[in-house]
Amino acid sequence: MIKKMFQKAKEYLNRFLMFFSTLIIVVVLLMIIISILYKGLPSLSWEMISQIPQGGYYFGKEGGILNAIIGSLYLALGSTILGLCFSLPLALYINIHRAKNSRLVNFIRFLLDLLWGIPSIVYGAFGFSVMIYFGVRTSLLAGIITVTLFIIPIMVRSMDEVLKTVPKGLLESALSLGSTRSETAYKVVCRQSIPGIVTAILLAFGRAIGDAAAVLFTAGYTDYIPTALNQPVATLPLSIFFQLSSPIPEVQNRAYAAAVILTVIILIISVSSRIVSSKFKQKKIR
Amino acid sequence: MINGEKIKINHLNLYIGKEHILKDINLVIPENQLTVILGPSGCGKTTLLKSLNRLTDLNPDVKITGNIFNGNEDILHPKIEITQLRKKMGLLSQSPYPLPMSIYDNITYGLKISGRRRKKFLIRRVENYLRQVSLWEEVKDRLKDPASALSIGQQQRLCLARGLAVDPEIILADEPTSALDPVSSKDIEEMFLKLKQRYTIVVVTHILRQARRIADYVIFMYLGKVIEHGPAKQIFEHPQHEMTKAYLKGAYN
Repeated sequence: MIKKMFQKAKEYLNRFLMFFSTLIIVVVLLMIIISILYKGLPSLSWEMISQIPQGGYYFGKEGGILNAIIGSLYLALGSTILGLCFSLPLALYINIHRAKNSRLVNFIRFLLDLLWGIPSIVYGAFGFSVMIYFGVRTSLLAGIITVTLFIIPIMVRSMDEVLKTVPKGLLESALSLGSTRSETAYKVVCRQSIPGIVTAILLAFGRAIGDAAAVLFTAGYTDYIPTALNQPVATLPLSIFFQLSSPIPEVQNRAYAAAVILTVIILIISVSSRIVSSKFKQKKIR
Repeated sequence: MINGEKIKINHLNLYIGKEHILKDINLVIPENQLTVILGPSGCGKTTLLKSLNRLTDLNPDVKITGNIFNGNEDILHPKIEITQLRKKMGLLSQSPYPLPMSIYDNITYGLKISGRRRKKFLIRRVENYLRQVSLWEEVKDRLKDPASALSIGQQQRLCLARGLAVDPEIILADEPTSALDPVSSKDIEEMFLKLKQRYTIVVVTHILRQARRIADYVIFMYLGKVIEHGPAKQIFEHPQHEMTKAYLKGAYN
């Protein structure tokens, strides 16, 4: 009898703890979103997203942050495309050409996990030291390359996890039809894994557009929209950082408006990634 | 029917890591007949089948010694053109794995990678091979649908047609009916009996009744060794070895 009561009490306690953790997380997330919206929405206007800053990003209360929106999109798009060019072949190589679980593959995976864990400021510092060595100034290109290095581990490992689930029988079937391993990789395995690959790409894009530290030293900041790869570029996270550190309250509120814009962009990415992956899932073989 | 030798296996030994999987296999697989590799699960039947088209290469821990000859061609020779070798051997796996594309593209995949791209030619081939596996009437109006929309039995027939489309000499089937319902299984068996006129067929199975229904030549394996092999009639009616006798009575099932 006592044992049963004890068991019941334990169950209640556990359930309460689980519920409490969930509640805290949900409340904190909602508070973040509400505080951004509360402070940002009043400053959000058509002007904010259609104009570049007037009178400097630090003191200027006029104009918008189009420079940072366009800059962030350039940077994230550029590094995602560049990253994809390396990540997909690498992920396919370790899954199709190299035997599964061989030592080299395990070492590569370990290395990528390590790189995933390194804070982006370290990538920024690395990029910066390379730039100094070559005498390059802060620019869109330097930013793209640094962010690419930073997102490649994310992209490769998330593609890797998807490619691992491709059934061995499918691989064998394709090879038995006389296709080479590379033909099998690009024509069959990729097609089978499209939902996962798209998710990996969008995940990396989200990280690229949201990161401040890697671009701080490498991409610089500017009030203008870059017209060439060797010009510095503004980004949304840095525009939030610089405007928030301004002494003028109006400028600080503009930082929250920038945060709203960044959040909306990320929201669009994650929703579209869900739509795309569920659309392709129907064609998949089990 | 000419009983030529199609595949000849001499002193084949296969190791995975330190494990000795296939032990000194010596066999002849007759041409244009249906050979069944029979034996309980885990006796190396599938490994033997996969070493014939070198799918064993996928596992880096596999070491093979000995020879397998397809006619005069040394299959295990390291410099052999492996895609050409595999094209000569269609594979039908345990459960069907259609490629993640349309029914039409599944059949044309093998043709396209060997450079046949003329549309008229491809369409004729698709119809021809789908008819051979009696799938044409069922799918002719939806060739552009994804192959995954077919039933499992239809998928397995599609996989057979896809294998036939690259014009193989040999069909390797690894327990091809184990995922199928009885009706689909019977379809596949009947197709094999028809196809053996033109192809050499090797079927791995652990279903004794199936072996009795379809086999011309039987190889009985146990724990990595070939215990006995010979024409089906001889093996089923006058087995020589004690183990074979016991297996045929159902002792290992």
